Amino acid sequence: MSALPAAEIVEHSALPPTLSERAASRAIQAQIRRKADARADPPWVKWLVISVAVAFLGLFIVLPLACVFTEAFAKGVAAYFAALTHPDTLSAVRLTLIVAAISVASNVVFGVIGAWAIGKFEFRGKNLLITLIELPFSVSPVIAGLVFVLLFGLQGYFGSWLVAHNIKVIFALPGIALATIFVTFPFVVRELIPLMQQQGTEEEQAALSLGASGLKTFFRVTLPNVKWALLYGVLLCNARAMGEFGAVSVVSGHVRGETNTMPLQVEALYDSYQFAAAFAVASLLALLALVTLVMKIVLEDRLMEE
Amino acid sequence: MSAAASLVRHRKGVIPGFGITLGTTLLWLSLIVLIPLGALFFKTAELSFDQFVAVVTSRRALHAFALSFGLSLAAAFTNLVFGAVVVWALVRYRFPGRRVLDAIVDIPFALPTAVAGIALTTLYAPSGWIGGLLAPLGIRVAFTPLGIFVALVFIGLPFVVRTVQPVLEDLDAELEEAAASLGAGRWTTVRRVVLPSVVPALLTGFTLAFARAVGEYGSVIFIAGNLPNYSEIAPLLIVIRLQEFRYADATAIAVVMLVASLLFLFLINGLQRWSELHTGKIR
Repeated sequence: MSALPAAEIVEHSALPPTLSERAASRAIQAQIRRKADARADPPWVKWLVISVAVAFLGLFIVLPLACVFTEAFAKGVAAYFAALTHPDTLSAVRLTLIVAAISVASNVVFGVIGAWAIGKFEFRGKNLLITLIELPFSVSPVIAGLVFVLLFGLQGYFGSWLVAHNIKVIFALPGIALATIFVTFPFVVRELIPLMQQQGTEEEQAALSLGASGLKTFFRVTLPNVKWALLYGVLLCNARAMGEFGAVSVVSGHVRGETNTMPLQVEALYDSYQFAAAFAVASLLALLALVTLVMKIVLEDRLMEE
Repeated sequence: MSAAASLVRHRKGVIPGFGITLGTTLLWLSLIVLIPLGALFFKTAELSFDQFVAVVTSRRALHAFALSFGLSLAAAFTNLVFGAVVVWALVRYRFPGRRVLDAIVDIPFALPTAVAGIALTTLYAPSGWIGGLLAPLGIRVAFTPLGIFVALVFIGLPFVVRTVQPVLEDLDAELEEAAASLGAGRWTTVRRVVLPSVVPALLTGFTLAFARAVGEYGSVIFIAGNLPNYSEIAPLLIVIRLQEFRYADATAIAVVMLVASLLFLFLINGLQRWSELHTGKIR
């Protein structure tokens, strides 16, 4: 990949960088390394800045993370595994996996569809559409849960209809899934849009002119071109879906063993003073976060190579 | 399809699927995001204007707003200062462990907020690793507004770093070389040449961290202690009103927060455009 300045790729978003932006920024770092001599700071400044950075990140990020794992094993390894194999925990893990699967699947399908429309075509109102798609990033998770209670809760707009038809949305799986889809809405599509824009439509046109159908062109040409960015979006979407707390908390009902996801189970255990058990479940989520970060770096390297 | 297709200003030639994909996207966006958010405003409209004002200016609501916005501002400012230091270290210096440090910055993005919440509470409680050191000095962090501040600093940090990092990397070395060759000292060069170029990115990062902090719930409610009129944040007040089945009250508070978020979003987009113009001019 050539060294595109980050600002040229991204024009639509002020949110955290997408995969292609991160890759571009890596390429630029390599250039900077060569030019670094002319703007060297005095050594004492350098080491002061590095020390402050390390101390700040250590205090605010590393220490809390370390705390999760030490507290998880505070009552020993046996207690740790007992907490993890408790039926309520296992049920929470299962619910979390189901919710994450639903939200990732919907994100992939609609992310790809949305990115096709936005990335491959020019139309009026495109920037507004992108802003609306990224809107869930700026909405408090609590509000994300609240809106579905207003629609589907007992006193909600569709509440009596749902009761009459014996359908449970709020305090049940559908509500939890809806709230999670809301908060993860932008994750996949915003990874794909810049890449699809950058790649243009020439390869697709070539395939079409050789007689391939539209869908075949998509699966054979477009999809392979964006596969790493798609995987990157899935990775981030999955991490957020499994870890979402605020939105899910509002719509879940907090029934242990039934409607508690893993983060809600962490809260339930913590609030009943079962600290070691709470941290044991939390350690699984922390591990998920660490695995996500490692895979993220691997994917960024992969995109760099291309 | 044909009406939709006529909207398209074709680049070169035609590829299929514009109408159906745009239609599906708009439908899905409406179902998941727009209609639910619309319900919020619809529900609030059940209150008369006087009732709405009474709800959002009640002592408890005003205190929650002041706490959420005030502490978010303080946390975003802290992130601005230390985020800038972290970015400078990551972009300008080579040192052992730099890539690890770079990766660590993303942890608040990846770590579920509830996990961060209980970890920070345990650390800063009077019996915790850090709380234990501060207790003899008479400083209490957990279960006070200071604890909320700590949680908001934690979740906001990556926004400043990841927004400023690409801009500083992108900065043309020749500018600094020119300043140095014209006799400017290192500090003058940084202050007069580098800083102005990264100001838009710093402001964008600041606003993003602030916007995130205002709506934050999971990491805060554990460490806050949640005493009304003391350490109760606005998102928590929404949840409490909801649990009391005072739906209209909950939505009124939510509308104020949502409108504030939308204003930030416009501000961020404006800043971003300014930032692009700005860096464009320099190059």
